Amino acid sequence: MTGFRTLFYKEVLRFWKVATQTLTAPIVTAMLYLLIFGQVLEGRVEVYPGVSYTAFLVPGLVMMSVLQNAFANSSSSLIQSKITGNLVFILLPPLSHWEMFSAYVLAAMVRGLAVGLGVFVITAWFAHLSFVAPLWIFAFALLGSAILATMGLIAGIWAEKFDQLAAFQNFLIMPATFLAGVFYSIHSLPPFWLAVSHANPFFYMIDGFRYGFFGHSDVAPGISFAIVTTFFVVLAGVAITMLKSGYKLRH
Amino acid sequence: MAAIQIDQVKKRYGTLQALGGVTFSIEEGEFFGLLGPNGAGKTTLISILAGLNRADSGSVKIMGHDVVRDYRQARSLLGVVPQELVFDPFFTVRETLRMQSGYFGLKKNDDWIDEIMHNLDLTNKADANMRALSGGMKRRVLVAQALVHKPPVIVLDEPTAGVDVELRQTLWKFVSRLNREGHTVVLTTHYLEEAQALCNRIAMLRGGKVVALDSTAALIRRISGSQLEVQLAGEFPGSLAPLLSHPAEPGSNKYVFRIADYADVEPILATLRQNGAQIEDMQLHQADLEDVFIEIMEGSK
Repeated sequence: MTGFRTLFYKEVLRFWKVATQTLTAPIVTAMLYLLIFGQVLEGRVEVYPGVSYTAFLVPGLVMMSVLQNAFANSSSSLIQSKITGNLVFILLPPLSHWEMFSAYVLAAMVRGLAVGLGVFVITAWFAHLSFVAPLWIFAFALLGSAILATMGLIAGIWAEKFDQLAAFQNFLIMPATFLAGVFYSIHSLPPFWLAVSHANPFFYMIDGFRYGFFGHSDVAPGISFAIVTTFFVVLAGVAITMLKSGYKLRH
Repeated sequence: MAAIQIDQVKKRYGTLQALGGVTFSIEEGEFFGLLGPNGAGKTTLISILAGLNRADSGSVKIMGHDVVRDYRQARSLLGVVPQELVFDPFFTVRETLRMQSGYFGLKKNDDWIDEIMHNLDLTNKADANMRALSGGMKRRVLVAQALVHKPPVIVLDEPTAGVDVELRQTLWKFVSRLNREGHTVVLTTHYLEEAQALCNRIAMLRGGKVVALDSTAALIRRISGSQLEVQLAGEFPGSLAPLLSHPAEPGSNKYVFRIADYADVEPILATLRQNGAQIEDMQLHQADLEDVFIEIMEGSK
C-alpha cells in the first residue's frame, strides 16, 4: 500500500507544483467558452424546455474539462517520464501493475475533478442550475474521469514521442469530446450524425452527467451508466494487461 | 545461495543478438566486475536482472527470487544505479529520496536517508531542486536513490563515467564500506584500473557472450611477466627482434619487449649499447587488467 500511496502522492504533487498550467489555465479556457457561446447563443437555442442555453452549456463544459484534464494528467506524466528517462525510478521498485494503474488513474481523476469543480464554481454564477439527481452527477463525473485517466495511461504507455501523444489527443480525444454533445443536444443532428454520436462513448458520459442537473437527457441515465461502466472495465482491462506484460515500458 | 544467478539468458533485438546464452553466478558478499566494450551486452544484462527488460529465454534470480515470476521480492533485494543521468525535475533531493523509499514500501526512512546523504556529501543540497544540481551531484542522487532500501545486492552501471576525482573517491569509499558490511556489489565500468582495485572477481562480455570469468588475480596472472618499452635513437639491432612483444610500427622508434623477469632487462640494454643505439626513453610496465582485457578481447574476435 505504501508504494501505491507514494506514487499517487507523487502524481498529485507533480501537477500541483505546476498548478497554473494544470488547474488555472483549463478553468479559464472553459470560462471563455461559456462567455462566447453563451453570449452568442443565449435566447436563440433552447435544448430542453425551461432550461436556458447557458444553463445547458455549464454541465457540458464541466464534464469536458474533467475529461480533457484527466486524460492530460496521466498521459503527459507518463510520456515525460519516458522521454526524460526518470520512469526508471518507478520501474525499479517492487510496484505491482495494480499499484501503478490505481496511482496513475486516481491522481489523474483528482486533477480532472479539481478542474471540473473549478469550472463549475465559476460558471455556475452565470446560469440558474438545478440539481435533480446529484448521485448521477457524481457517478458520471467519477466514471468519466476514470475512463479518460485510463485512456491517458494507455496513450502514455503506447506513445514513444510527444508527437504521437499529440495525435492521440487531437485526433481522438478532442473530436470525441467536442462531438459528444457538450454544446448541443445530439437530437438536433441529422439522422446519420445522430447514429454516429450514439457510437461515441463520450456522449453517454456527458448526457448522463447532464441528466443529474436537469432530469432531461437524450438517453435514459441507467443505460448511459451501463455503457460507460462497461467501457471503463474494458479500458482498465487493456491498461492493466499492458502494465502487467511490460508492453513498451519493459521492452 | 547466490546473490545473482544468471542462467542461459538470451536476448535479441531484431537481427542483433544482444545476449547469446549468458550463464554465471555472483556469490553473496562479492565485489564483482562486469566488463566489456560498448555493445557487449552489459547494460542489457543489467536491465534484465533489474526487470527493466525481459529476456527472450533463460532465467535470472536475485537471492533465489526469479526476477519475472517473483519480481516483488527480487526488486526489493536489488538497488540499481542506472547509467543514464536521469532525474525528476519536479522535486528536491530530499523529496526524491523520500519518494523512492515510499516506492519500496518504506515509510519513516529519514535516518537512513540522512546517512546516505552524509556519506555522499549531499547534505547541503538536501532542499535544492534536482534541476539546480550539477551533473556530479545528480549522479550522487542516483546512487542515493538506489540505496534507500538498503538492498543486499547493489548494481552500479558505469557510475563513474564523466565523474570528477572527488566523487569517484567518495563513491568508492562508501560502496566499499557497504561491501565490507556484507552487501554484494556488481560494477560495470570502462576504467579498468578501478575494476582491478575494487573487484575480487570479473566477468568479461563480448558480443553477448561471457569470454572470461575468473578472480581478478587469476586473470592478471594469465599474462605472465611485464613489458619493457624503449624509444631509440639509431639503428635497432636485428638480433633483438625475436624478443619484441609485437613488431615495431613502421616509422616509429618505439620498441616493446616482453620480459619474464627483471633479469631479462640487463642483457637487452647491453645489446643495445653494444650496437650503438641510444635510449631516449624507457618504461617498465607491469601487466595489468588492461593488458588482460585487450588480449582477451582481441583473442575472442
